[in-house]
Parts: sequence; C-alpha cells; structure tokens
Amino acid sequence: MGEIVLSQVKKSFGGISIIQGIDLAIENGEFVVFVGPSGCGKSTLLRLIAGLEDTTSGTIAIDGRDATRLPPARRGLAMVFQSYALYPHMTVGKNIAFPLRMAGMPKEEQDRKVEAAAKVLNLTPYLDRRPSQLSGGQRQRVAIGRAIVREPSAFLFDEPLSNLDAALRVSMRQEISELHQSLKTTMVYVTHDQVEAMTMADKIVVLNAGRIEQVGSPLELYKTPANLFVAGFIGSPKMNFIDGAEAARHAAHTLGVRPEHIDIAADGPWKGVVGISEHLGSDTFLKVQVEGIGPLTVRAGGEVRLHHGDPVSLAPQAGKLHRFDAAGKAIAA
Amino acid sequence: MAREVSTSRKAVVTAIAWGIGLLIFFPILWTVLTSFKTEGEAINPHPSFLFFDWTLENYHTVNERSDYLGHFWNSVVIALGSTLLGLLIAIPAAWSMAFVPGKRTKDLLMWMLSTKMMPAVGVLVPIYLLARDTGLLDSKTGLVIVLTLVNLPIIVWMLYTYFKEIPGEILEAARMDGASLGSEILYVLTPMAVPGIASTLLLNVILAWNESFWTLNLTAANAAPLTAFIASYSSPEGLFYAKLSAASTMAIAPILILGWFSQKQLVRGLTFGAVK
Repeated sequence: MGEIVLSQVKKSFGGISIIQGIDLAIENGEFVVFVGPSGCGKSTLLRLIAGLEDTTSGTIAIDGRDATRLPPARRGLAMVFQSYALYPHMTVGKNIAFPLRMAGMPKEEQDRKVEAAAKVLNLTPYLDRRPSQLSGGQRQRVAIGRAIVREPSAFLFDEPLSNLDAALRVSMRQEISELHQSLKTTMVYVTHDQVEAMTMADKIVVLNAGRIEQVGSPLELYKTPANLFVAGFIGSPKMNFIDGAEAARHAAHTLGVRPEHIDIAADGPWKGVVGISEHLGSDTFLKVQVEGIGPLTVRAGGEVRLHHGDPVSLAPQAGKLHRFDAAGKAIAA
Repeated sequence: MAREVSTSRKAVVTAIAWGIGLLIFFPILWTVLTSFKTEGEAINPHPSFLFFDWTLENYHTVNERSDYLGHFWNSVVIALGSTLLGLLIAIPAAWSMAFVPGKRTKDLLMWMLSTKMMPAVGVLVPIYLLARDTGLLDSKTGLVIVLTLVNLPIIVWMLYTYFKEIPGEILEAARMDGASLGSEILYVLTPMAVPGIASTLLLNVILAWNESFWTLNLTAANAAPLTAFIASYSSPEGLFYAKLSAASTMAIAPILILGWFSQKQLVRGLTFGAVK
C-alpha cells in the first residue's frame, strides 16, 4: 500500500501554468523528495497529490485507484505542514486523536493509539498541554503524531523543517528518516534544501518551472546530472561552470567541475590567484581567480595554508568533468 | 519606540480625553438625572445639576402604566434571536468568502455592505406589505427575520475579517485528517474564532436591541420591544420629559450593563486584526 502514480498532471492558476505535465511513479515504501528552487511548483505538486488542489488535467492514482477527484480525506494520505497546522484550541492528545475521532473510532481505542504514538515521539509528558506551550520541535512531533495515528498509505511532508533552527533540523531529519525505516510507509517530502534531499531520499525528483528536470537516487544525480540545472542544484558548494575556450577544448559548450573534484597540484594546468579563503578546519574553501577561465570554487580536504593573493595551480580530477551542450543537456562520456 | 512625554503634556491630554468622554456620556447622564426629577423640575429653564428633589415617582408611574417586563422580554427575544439566526447564516458565508474566495468575493462583500448605505425607509413600504401579507406584522418572528436581514451584512463582514486571520493550513489539516465540511467548521474553525464570534454576537445584540426604525414601524402591541416602550412616552403623551427619561433609563439599563461587563471582549474583538 502506498503506490502513487501521476500521469500528465497539469495545474494552472488563472491561466498561469504552474505544473506543466508531470509523469511520475512513486513506489510503495519509497522515500521520495521533491526538490527545487522556490516557485518551481513542488509544493503545488504535493498539494495536488493530497487533494488540497484540483488538477487542471491528468490523473493521480493511489494504489491503483484513480484518486484524481477524491476529496483529501478519502485518499488515505496524511500530511505534515510547514506551519505544523496544529489545532490551537485542542491539547496535544486531542490534536493527535483528531483524525481518529473524525473516523468515528471508539474512545478507548483512540486513547490507546494516541498513547502509543506519543511514546514513539517522546510526547507522553506533553499530552495535556496546548500547542502554544510547546517548542518548535515538539510541535513538529505532534504534527507527525497526528499523521502516523491514521496509519496512512503515504505521508506527505511540505517543508516540515524549514521553521526549525539548524541544530534541531538535523536531529528532526534523522528522526523522520528513522520513522521511515521503522514504518516502511511511502513518504513524499518537499524541500528546497538539497542537503535534506540528499540525506533522506531514496529517490529525488528535481523540479524547475513546473517540470521534472531529473529523477534518480541522490548519488545518481550527483554523479550524472542530466543537465546544467540539476548539476548546479545538487551539490554544495555549487558545481563550477566553465564556458569558452577551455570548454571547447573538451568538446563541450559548458564544462562542469565540482569544487571537491579540483586538486591543488604544483604542475596543474589551471593557474590562478586565491581570492577568498575559508578555513573550517575539516575543509578549506578557496575562491580562485584562474587565468583564462574565471573564478573557480575549490574544496580542499583538511587545512590548506593558502590565503588571499597566494598563487595556486589547480588540476581537475580525471573522469570527474561534466560536459554540457549548448542546450544545457549533459553529453555522455 | 519610547518617547519622552512630559507630565504637563500628559495632564493636558488626559484632561482632553476625559472632556471628550464626558461630552459623549453627558446626554445619557442627563437622561438618568432627569428621570429622578419631577416633571416641573425637568422642564425648568434653569435646571439644577444634582441639587433637586430626587424622586422615584416617574418609575412608579411608568411601571403602572406599561408592561415593562413584556417589552423587555420582546427585546431579548428579538435581539438574541436575530443575532443567533444571523450567526447561523453568516458563519458558513464568511467561511466560504475567507477560505475559498472567488474572483468576485471582494465585490460581493462590498455589495452586501452597500445595502447598509441605503436609508431603511427606502424599503419600508415593500417590507411592510410583505410582513402584512405573510401575517408577520407585529410578531416577534417577523422582527427577528427583518433584523437578521438588516444586520447580516455587518455580521458577515465582521466574521470574514476574523476568519481571514485564521491560517488556512489548519483547515486544510482538518480536511486531511478526514473532517467533513461540517466537522471542519464545527470542530476547528468555530472554536478558533470564538473571540471574534463572541464580539460579533455582542455588537449585534446591542445593535438589534437599539434598533428603532423597524421595531417601531412593524409592531403595534404584541411584539413591541423596549424601543416602542420608550416611544410610547414621547409625542402622544405631550412633554413628559421626566417619565420619558425614566422609560429610556429602564430600556437602556440592561444593554448598558451587558456592555459594561463585556467591554474587554468588545474592545478586543473590534480591534482584533487591526494590528499585526
């Protein structure tokens, strides 16, 4: 249970096309992440799956059944919102029990399920509190609790961590991953943060301007990006793009090389001067102005004693160059 | 940002505020004072403010001559009835305008409010005839219906502004949680909007209580509320200012007391959403 298939799904708002024909199959038990810049349509796509928006055309099938026109409540999905969307007038316990109450479950069974969910999410001491008395992380856990008690066929997450501070985000990220390991339920997760996408996903769907740019596992996207957009979006710091003579020398319109795939080598082909150096201890990031190429970002492991104004020569690692044609499509090696 | 305000400036501003407050309150105060005067004292061209012969005679007379409790009961039924009926209609209406607005929602709201810009007397004849033909003349049911319609635009408008403050995601969460439209409004929206609904209710009870155009024109004896009770002491009786004042005081006392106890709620409700 938990297979979602989108065929030619389109959505426009007032004549403006937001989703431009999406075909996508989400397997049962998969953790799928929709990632892309803001305004790319990823949240809209999630809301279409949830049933909170109506599709303009195309079909959405859940577990083999056409759900395109089903109301949200009858799709068997649960959603966790960015703002948590807890019911402020209900206690934590009542919030978690709400979907069960709506389903007409007997009170004792509700209580049993709420207690079980609270135990999993470490919310037992807070069951009688109001959402306003909880921290951001706890609120997010209540929202997740409200989603898991329903035992949905799939979970939908709409940027659930973007209101949390950095440290909490990392730990909640791990909690959600653990939850997926233990429940083995399909999860569809929307984020603009590519680190979240890379760390959590079985499958990443990169969206841009209402279209799918590429679908693949995190490492597939990292190793073999299909086009310039995916190449630039996945990976941090961003991939360096080189145009002009250097690219032409490799028979490409644009040459891409990741900062971690450039070595500092005494006899390297690229000569330049260090502009900015960032020393993190574990890594050193250099912005190097290379003659005839332009600025390149270089990630060197460990501490490298180079500073502003130092001359440096660089060598790209063999086989780690990405070549793109004039249309931005990757050229097979 | 804190600003330095000198004591003398504060004193002047306070004095002006009190002055304006008293100016607004003075007619009510004068009415109450007059109700304790004799008829002769009431029309004295050189009235004394507090030093006159205080008397309860007007209240005795008014009580003897009219059925205060009957009118009071009519007022309660009409004010509460029209407000509750209005809320019943307005909550779903405001819900749809706030959460599933169409292209013309703003125009619709403006149009509804525009009905309040026409003088009521403009529709007196048709409404009077309708009430007569349906047998609702001088009945509480008729007045409840008319006052519901009269105040509905304000109720919808007020609720709409409160509902706009409620994040739509919470209602979407309810929908995802399996709530039907009815459950969504009953279990999620309404409890969250209680402060707004309460102040709408209070304001409309006050408006309906004080409404005098329709209550005077569509009633004779059976359904006459307190407004008609006051009116019965005006022109036909001649210039009996003291009795008129006593009747007015008795008519406004209940709503004044209600307003006094709920002023916190009222002020909060009316300024809710004004500052974000």
